[in-house]
This record gives sequence, C-alpha cells and structure tokens, in this order.
Amino acid sequence: MSDITINVNGKPVSGPVEGRTLLVDFLRGAGLTGTHVGCDTSQCGACVVHVDGKAVKACSIFAVEAEGAEVATIEGQANPDGSLNVIQQAFQDHHGLQCGFCTPGMVMSAAALLKENPRPSEHEIREYLEGNICRCTGYHNIVKAIMAASGQDVSAIAAE
Amino acid sequence: MKGQGRSKATGPVQEETKMYAFDFERPDTIDDALKALGAEDAQPLSGGQTLIPTLKSRLAMPSKLVSLTAIPELKGICTSDDGALCVGAATTHAEVAAGAGAYPALAALAGNIGDPAVRNRGTIGGSLANNDPSACYPAAALASGATIVTNSRQIAADDFFDGMFTTVLDEGEIIVEVRFPVPQKASYQKFEQPASRFALVGVFVAKYPDGVRVAVTGAAEDGVFRWTQAETALSSDFSAGAVSGLDVPDNAMIGDLHGSPEYRAHLVKVMTGRAVKAAG
Amino acid sequence: MPKDGGIGASTKRREDIRFLTGTGQYTDDINLRGQAHVAFLRSDVAHGRIKGIDTKAAEGMPGVVRIFTGADFEGVGGLPCGWQVTDRHGEVMQEPGHPVLAQGKVRHVGDPIAAVVAETPEQARDAVEAIAVDIEELPAVIDMKAALADDAPKVHDDLKSNLCYDWGFVEENKAAVEEAFGKAAHVTSLELVNNRLVANPMEPRVAVGDFAAHSGESTLYTTSQNPHVIRLLMGAFVLGIPEHKLRVVAPDVGGGFGSKIFHYAEEAFCTFAAKQLKRPVKWTSSRAEAFMSDAHGRDHVTKIELALDADNNFTALRTETYANMGAYLSTFAPSVPTWLHGTLMAGNYRTPLIYVNVKAVFTNTVPVDAYRGAGRPEATYQLERVIDKAARELGVDPIALRRQNFVTEFPYATPVAVEYDTGDYVATMDKLEEIADISGFEKRLAESKARGKLRGLGVNCYIEACGIAPSNLVGQLGARAGLYESATVRVNATGGLVVMTGSHSHGQGHETSFPQVVADMIGIDASMVEIEHGDTDKAPMGMGTYGSRSLAVGGSAIVRATEKIIAKAKRIAAHIMEASEDDIELKNGQFTVAGTDKSLAWGDVTLAAYVPHNYPLDELEPGLEETAFYDPSNFTYPAGAYACEVEVDPETGKVTIESFAAADDFGNIVNPMIVSGQVHGGLAQGIGQALLEGCVYDENGQLLTGSYMDYAMPRAEDVPFYKVDHSCQTPCTHNPLGVKGCGEAGAIGSPPAVVNAVVDALQRAGHTNVMHIDMPLSPSRVWKTMQG
Ligand SMILES: Cc1cc2nc3c(=O)[nH]c(=O)nc-3n(C[C@H](O)[C@H](O)[C@H](O)COP(=O)(O)OP(=O)(O)OC[C@H]3O[C@@H](n4cnc5c(N)ncnc54)[C@H](O)[C@@H]3O)c2cc1C
Ligand code: FES
Ligand code: FES
Repeated sequence: MSDITINVNGKPVSGPVEGRTLLVDFLRGAGLTGTHVGCDTSQCGACVVHVDGKAVKACSIFAVEAEGAEVATIEGQANPDGSLNVIQQAFQDHHGLQCGFCTPGMVMSAAALLKENPRPSEHEIREYLEGNICRCTGYHNIVKAIMAASGQDVSAIAAE
Repeated sequence: MKGQGRSKATGPVQEETKMYAFDFERPDTIDDALKALGAEDAQPLSGGQTLIPTLKSRLAMPSKLVSLTAIPELKGICTSDDGALCVGAATTHAEVAAGAGAYPALAALAGNIGDPAVRNRGTIGGSLANNDPSACYPAAALASGATIVTNSRQIAADDFFDGMFTTVLDEGEIIVEVRFPVPQKASYQKFEQPASRFALVGVFVAKYPDGVRVAVTGAAEDGVFRWTQAETALSSDFSAGAVSGLDVPDNAMIGDLHGSPEYRAHLVKVMTGRAVKAAG
Repeated sequence: MPKDGGIGASTKRREDIRFLTGTGQYTDDINLRGQAHVAFLRSDVAHGRIKGIDTKAAEGMPGVVRIFTGADFEGVGGLPCGWQVTDRHGEVMQEPGHPVLAQGKVRHVGDPIAAVVAETPEQARDAVEAIAVDIEELPAVIDMKAALADDAPKVHDDLKSNLCYDWGFVEENKAAVEEAFGKAAHVTSLELVNNRLVANPMEPRVAVGDFAAHSGESTLYTTSQNPHVIRLLMGAFVLGIPEHKLRVVAPDVGGGFGSKIFHYAEEAFCTFAAKQLKRPVKWTSSRAEAFMSDAHGRDHVTKIELALDADNNFTALRTETYANMGAYLSTFAPSVPTWLHGTLMAGNYRTPLIYVNVKAVFTNTVPVDAYRGAGRPEATYQLERVIDKAARELGVDPIALRRQNFVTEFPYATPVAVEYDTGDYVATMDKLEEIADISGFEKRLAESKARGKLRGLGVNCYIEACGIAPSNLVGQLGARAGLYESATVRVNATGGLVVMTGSHSHGQGHETSFPQVVADMIGIDASMVEIEHGDTDKAPMGMGTYGSRSLAVGGSAIVRATEKIIAKAKRIAAHIMEASEDDIELKNGQFTVAGTDKSLAWGDVTLAAYVPHNYPLDELEPGLEETAFYDPSNFTYPAGAYACEVEVDPETGKVTIESFAAADDFGNIVNPMIVSGQVHGGLAQGIGQALLEGCVYDENGQLLTGSYMDYAMPRAEDVPFYKVDHSCQTPCTHNPLGVKGCGEAGAIGSPPAVVNAVVDALQRAGHTNVMHIDMPLSPSRVWKTMQG
C-alpha cells in the first residue's frame, strides 16, 4: 500500500492504493461513486472517465498510472453554478437515459467526442459509442441528445 | 428516492479489484524497465487493455508489473532514412490513427481497433506481443514485412509470430519499435465478430514494388498468416477479380460459435477482394 | 395540447438530475461500516456429486471471517417457487428443492457450493481458490428432448424424471382442434427455436445484508424490481424472519428486464450471514458471475401449426413447446411458458380453436425465468412467423392475410381464456403502413439492389396481456402471491404530497410520471408531489415492477388513494365553507362551492387537516393520509403492428437494420416521452434477440457465452433511429387511467419483424427454399442458409 494523489475534477484526491488498485476502485472508494462498473472485460464503458483530457475506461487503468494526472469524472461535469452542462442537459431534454447506470460513461464519451468532433453525424456518434453499452434506451435518444448537444437540429428525428 | 443506507461509511472503502497482488513499477527509461523485468515472473504492462482484463479473470499471476507507458523512448511515430514508418512500442492506437498519415491504411487500421477509450490506452507493442489470433496489428505487421525492434535484436515480422498468443520474444525482452516499409497501396478490411468486435476475419493487403503481401488475421488456428496464393495472383494482377478465382486458403481455420471454418475461409476471400478494391 | 406537467405531457424526468451528475445511489454505492465481503465458490461442472469440501486451508488465509457451505443451511428453507402449474393430467408440477448453497449435488455451472466471508473482496476470492472440493462429475443433460429420454440422467434424483410438467391448454379443446386440422384446406407448420437470452441489465446484481443486534432487525439492500416480494419470499420461506423484523431496500436500480424480479441465493446468503456474523456482508456480482447466476430468459423449442380454410381464414392453431426451466425452478419460471404464453396464442386474430402443449424440462443449465415480455414474445414470435410462412405458401400478401383475420369486435373472448377489452388492430396497421412508408418499399428495394444488397420487408402484429393481474384469477392458475398494488398518499400540512408506491422504478421514470397523475387530479404543480419507492419500510406492500404493470396497477392504486384524499379534503372544505359536500368542486387546486364565489386553496384545506381548529372533528379524523390497494379486474391488452426493413450482404450474410417502425396502442398515455423511450429500449432488445444475442452451452454444460466477448450485446451501431407512434389509443376500460402498459411491447413485437424481413430478403433474391432461419440471425448463420 502506498498513498497517491490524483487530481480529480480539479481537486486533489489522495488515498492508499496497491499496485492492483484500478482507477475506478480508487474513485469509488473516495466516494465518487458516479463512475460505474458494468463488466470485467473492458467492454461496457460504464466506467469511462477522462485522464488528461482523453476518454479512458477507468476499469482498465491502474490508479498508480493516473498519479499526477488530471482526471475528470461525471461528478465534475455540471456547470460551476451547479446547473447541468450542455451535454447533460441534452440528455435530460431528449430522454437519453432510463436507469442511469450507463449514463456517466455515456456522458463522458459524448464529451470526448464533441471535443474531437464538434458536429458529429449520426453515423459518427454511433461509431464512437462502440465501447458504451446501454441496455435501456435502445440508443435512439442518446444519439439524438448528442446531436442536440452539438447544436444540430434534431426536430426531424422521429418524435419524442 | 432519497438517502437510504442508514450507516453509510465515511472513509474510503476498497472496492472489488479481485486480482492477485503484485508490485508495480513505472520506470522512465528502457534500461530501468529491463532491470525491473529481471525479477522472477515480472511482466511488462503497456496499455493494459488486454493484460488488465486477463488479470481480473486471474488468468495471469505476475509478481510485478513494469509499466512501459512512462518511457519517452518508446513513444512516437517517425520516418526513417529508408522511408519506413517507425512506431514506438508504447504508441497508442489513437496516436497511430492520428499520426501515421504517411501510411494511411495503417492509420485506418489503428483507428478501427476497439473503441475510442481502448484506443487511448492500447498500444502497438502490447498488441504485437500479445498476438491475439483476432487482433488487427499482426496482420499489418506481417503484410507490411515490418521489422519488430526489441531491446536486443531486430525480428522480421515473418519470423515474429509463433502461433496463437505466442511470439518469439524471450522472457524479459521487450518490443521497442516497429518499422513498417510503406507500400504503394494498401488496405485492411475487418469483418467483426458480433460480440467482441475483434476481427472474425481481417485481411491486410499491401502492394510493394516487388510484389503484393496479403496477411490474414482472425481466421486460422495458428494465428496470423500470409495467404501466398493470393499474393502470387495479385502480384501479377492487382484486382479483385484475381482473387475471386482462387481456392480458399487451406490453413486449418478456427471454428467456433461465431463462424465455422468454412465460413471463415470464405470470408478470407471476400475480405481480400474488398481490400484490393479499397486499396484502389 | 396536453397541459404542462399533467397527464399527457412529456415532462422531463426529475430523476435524471442525480443520474446525470453521478449522485444516484445504486446498491453497490452502499458501504456499511464494518462490512465484510463474500465471494462464492461456484461449480465449474454442469452436474456432479459433491463428495467432500475441505475448507481448512482457506480458513487460515488472511482476512477470512468465516466459510459457509451447504451444511450451514441445512435447517434453512430453500429458495421458493412462486407459481405452481397443474399439468394436463391434473397433477401438480414436479418441484425440486433449491438450496441456498449446494447440498449433495451441483446442477449447473455457476451453482454456488461455498461462500467465503472475508475482510476484503480480494481476500474472499483468494480464499475461495484455496477451498478443495471433491466433485464426482456426472453426465449432464443439456438438450431438452434428450433430457426427456427414459435413460437420461436426472437433474434431481428425488424427482421421477426431468419433466417438470406437461401442460395442455385448453385441454378440452384438443379434440376439436384435431378435427379442425383434419378439415383444413391448408396447414402451415413451422419448427423454431426461441433462443436463450441473458437479460444483462448494465448494473450487475448486488446484495448487502445488515443486522441490528439491539433490535433483531435484518436489512437487505438489493438490486431488486420488487423489494416487498423479496421480503415475503426470503422472510417467510427461506430464513424465517417475520416481516416486521426484515426490511428490504432496493435503491436506484440499474435496469432489470425481469432478471431482478426473482429471489436469489445471494440475497438470502448475505442476510443470513450478516445475522450470523453480526456485521454487514456485501456481495457484488461480476459480469462473469452474472452470466452464470442471473436467471436466463426464453429458451423454447416449438412446433406450431396453423390451419386455414379455403378462403384463408384461420380455423385452428396447435403448438407443442419444450420450455427449458434450467436446473431449478426460479421464482416465476413455471408461469412463463404457460399462463403468460398459452393465453396469448390467439394474437390479434379470430382463430376459433387453439391448443397449446408445453413440456417444461429440467436441464443442467442456469434457471430460466421471465425476461422482458416473458412468454408473450415466445407466443408472438411463433404465431407471427407461422402466419408469414402461410402467406408465402399461399402466395398472398402477408399484411392482407393478417388484416383478413383480425379481431375487430370488442370485447373479444379468445379460445385461450382471456378477454380483450378494447383494441383497434386495423388502425394500428393503417398507422404502421403510413409511418413505415410500406408503399415506397419497391423503390428502396431497387436502391439496395443497385448497391449489391438484398433488401427485405417484415411486418407483424403483437398483442400482450399486461398489468398482471386479477389476484383471484392468477390464484386459480397457480400463483402463490396476489398481484395487486398498494399506494399511500401522504399530504403534508402545507399541501405537498408524498406518494409511497409498491411499484419500483429501475429506469421507468416513476418519479416523474406518477406525480403527473396525482398533480393532474388535484390541479396542482407536479413539483408538489414526491414519489417514494423501493423500501419495504415505506410503502405498505408492493408486488413490484414487471409485466408492464406499474402504471396500470400501481398507478391505479395511486389514483384510488388520491381519490380518497380528495374526498376527505372536500369534506373538510365543505365544513370550512359551510356548504354541502356535494357542492364542492376541486379544480386547479382550488375548492369552490358550486353556484357561489366561495373558494379555498388546496393548501388551506391541507393545513386545516393538521391544524384542525375549524374542523369537523366529530365526523373526521384530523390528518390527510390515505392508502389504497388496487387489484385489477382484468389484464390490459396493448397491441400494435411493427415493420422492419433489412439489408443482407450477400457475400458475408451480415444483416443490417435499415429501418424499424412501431405503431402501438397503449391506451391512454401519461408521458409520451417516457413511453417512446420504453418502446425504443424494447426494440433494441428484440433486435438484439433476432440478430445478435444467444446464450449457448456446449454438450457438457459449459457456458460458451460467458462474457461480452462472446455474448453479443446490441450497440449503437447495430440499430437505427426508430419510428414509433402511439397515437392509436383505445383506452383500457377497467382501470381508472385507461392505460395499458408499454414496457415490453418493443421486445415482444420486434423479433418476428426482423426474421420476417430477412426471410423476405432472401426469398426476393431467389433463395426460394428458405422458409425460416433460427435466431440469432448471425452473419455466419445467414450465410450458411444462403449456401442451401
Ligand atoms: C473492448 C476492447 C476491444 C478491442 N478491440 C480490438 C480490436 O478490434 N482489434 C485489436 O487488434 N485489438 C483489440 N483490442 C485489444 C487492444 O488493441 C489492446 O490494446 C492490445 O491487444 C494490447 O495492447 P496493450 O498496449 O493494451 O497491451 P497490454 O494489455 O498492456 O499487454 C498485452 C501483453 O503484451 C505484453 N507487452 C506489452 N507491451 C510489450 C512490449 N513493448 N514488449 C513486450 N511485451 C509487451 C504484456 O506483458 C502483455 O502480455 C481490444 C481491447 C478491448 C478492451
Ligand atoms: S466496467 Fe465495463 S468497460 Fe469498464
Ligand atoms: S440507461 Fe440503463 S443502461 Fe443505459
């Protein structure tokens, strides 16, 4: 066990880790339980966070590897005044979540996508979400929300 | 729904990692990495996108992991004097996708491995060392006649792969760089396994002045292989038509839930034809 | 236009705020002070006799608190089955025991043998590996028909055979059905497999048991769709804890789709161990464990035959199904292939004679139980596939054949015991043809062809029985529980309301839609209404959320309780305004006296209820809180028509969904946005079943699809934007909201549309011998079919 410090959402978070402690367990252990675990084969994306600005599966990186890095999680996504950010708001407006379990990973992936590609097409969004599984929404409203968050007109996409 | 959990713990709680315990080192030079790897049952860790899931299922039991991701010498893409594209072993798939413009088919292959989060961590060195029979990079290395440079030697791709999940790398030997001669034309066509989205069959076709090389991944029981009949046919006539007349390769093909040996053999032909077409 | 916030408005979901900011609280987010962790040693063979378990080495490992085996549970009850089916000979089903930890034998890969409780999860898992189990492997039965052979190994030695029951429905019709087949002008028959699925909610199951020594009260936090049912089953049948000493909490739950209805061994274990050890015990399933311990779904093998007269009217239907139960009877397993399946075989059609035979079979596989749709997808799939095949054989348009046989007059009593109250199948089919642009298909076909792709169109209908169900009826059918719902509405002094419901939300948005109903009834803002669910200490009783019953049954209980509140509030208002109770009206949150300008605000009346200075104390108790139990008088019958267009790559067999349209009749709708979302999710699961998903065992009972590496989950790339419509509305006649339920429709109605479309594509491309392909229509399977 050694103590490490990771900057999470702009604030230093310290805690004891072993070599085998995954970043996701470090975060959840520190009370940041918004990042979820949905599989053991690195495929579901419920755990996606940003490490130094890049989308990473927090279940597939050791905490020690993120030492000193800037980590962003779902808990730090809202605007400074506490209101939902553009992506979060679009997810609510377009019903892009149901049970909410995949949602943190979806939002973090969407944020990474929009940083790389500010106006993605439907196809680009679907492709980008290959590593984020949602069992509830059928993806329709997630894709729609991400298009809306990027400022595209989604009124033509089938109702509700 | 508001707060339940009457007596919520306040301090950090260790959640379930459930791997075997091991030491962890993160050297910043190759020399230090090699020293650390001298320990018994030490194992290199690169992007961890294969090794971490393996550790979770307790299928590996290293005493120590030596991370290669903090070593600047192992990272980056450049062009050598002879025109080959050199990729550092710890270069991520995302970096290759964005930075291998000199070899577009390679960049495209890297940009289609797994998903964006996997590409931000997974590396070429880890992929080649792992030699998963369904992985993409082995096809690129073999079809390009790449050279795998390790800390102690240079290995031609033709000699590097040694059957499913095995390579000729020695214990403690690490890949440092991979050198790809850049072809005139090339394309990688991947037919995805529906669940894992790895290659059910992937074919890399590369046309060089001295001939065409065709490497197939995902299909054969012995892992990635060169389809020599197709190479011969395409070297004299680089067209999809040249492939359609061929018999399917006679390697022993994988048969599983996702495809019979016959299906895989058929897909090898289809994907080869598509690669030739896409290469232009 | 719907009012803003009331019934009919697409109110945004309030629960989204916590989910979008990472502040939801799922069971795994709960960590209790001093908790220990459990890891299970699970069988790696499908069938075997346990000859010895040596835990000595493991007991000495660091951090180990205690190791439990089947012996520790000898005086404890087994996991109960909640439904008893009586077979066609009048005998009750064979019902094996289901111990919490294996006793004597293991019966499927994943069957728990021992449990290690340790300080950390790693230590628990390390110690599990140090347990030595001596198992004599026995031959496994995997294939259902083989399991019924005379000399087949028995899954349960104490049962007569591997046949759980042989059910006939309606047995009295059998002879008449045979006779009708004898007279038929045409008979179409089809053999098909309804593939075994794994529900795979993204949140794996978790259980945290807690015990308060001072009060003797046990608490279980669990990922459940119905905490009250778990309290009843676990308390009464397994652990012998009375309800007042047992609290079950299901906090935010990350999806269920049926798999979190059932009572599982791990829940009983954590509750039991916490009491024994006097400290909290937590278990978090890995995904790998989920694949081998969550109840699976579907897994039917069916032969269906349809008889038609010379004018193509359906005259009779006959089916024979083998339904896999797995190694034990999961909570509601026996009801799925019988009452949730046989009663739906009439579909949307006027088939006068129907006979359904179901043989439920024990095998050495994970137990099978309800998964989204539960029985109704299996019924719909066979029926809609056989109709499509009949149309092809007869050379008639499949839509026309369906239309010709639609039920058009309601109420309609089917020959399979249920009575449809309302519906308009012509209207939903008309709507479907419009939104799917069926008439434009030929043009799209030509475009696909130009791109070298084979295009196909598949259409089907579905009907489901939801809002389960009248308790007296299901009691006769073998249910060991009632199926009402309860609600308590508590009005606070200042007018805000807390509604405690026995329905549970694990994604359905109850916290948003239920307040819409209550607010609408009173005429106040929905933000004044708060929903509490998921805690047996709060709602009086609850049967939970499944079978698309939350709004139809749970919502109706809320309506009834709110009606009682309004009635009492009116009496208080009448007293204060010195008017007759009959003259009081409540509108927009104002009580008025008819024919006068007297009025009182909602808040004035609620305050009077708690500050009863001017109050009819001789007639009424102070306070404003009411409870209602609602027991439905019938099922509800949502129905609709679906269309799918696919493209098949002729070189690889890969199928892509080009478009999917769904026209549903859900009766009245409270929140259209949420309803559409429910349909979308169901469609993706149905498309998943049709193209991707399939749980496969090898002949030794090893699970070949034990992770997402081999079990193909639908991803964003696999599905299109859907066109969904629910403007056809024939309100349910027997519940106060006129609602029918929408949670399962998508999953029920979509698989046949996909398969019909792929068969159509291949037929159009000249593969005229292809009449059927079994799901999932994976590229390799479609390619193989095209090879002839
Ligand atoms: C969801 C998902 C989808 C994926 N899809 C694909 C896909 O479509 N196609 C595909 O090809 N791959 C796919 N992968 C695998 C991915 O590309 C991995 O990144 C890669 O196989 C391993 O690289 P790594 O850097 O992560 O290696 P690690 O996991 O760190 O290591 C893998 C192995 O290589 C060894 N090793 C690592 N670096 C070196 C080195 N420099 N020298 C010697 N040995 C070394 C390690 O000891 C270990 O045994 C996927 C992975 C995931 C999780
Ligand atoms: S938990 Fe599934 S990808 Fe990380
Ligand atoms: S909202 Fe439930 S998994 Fe996506």
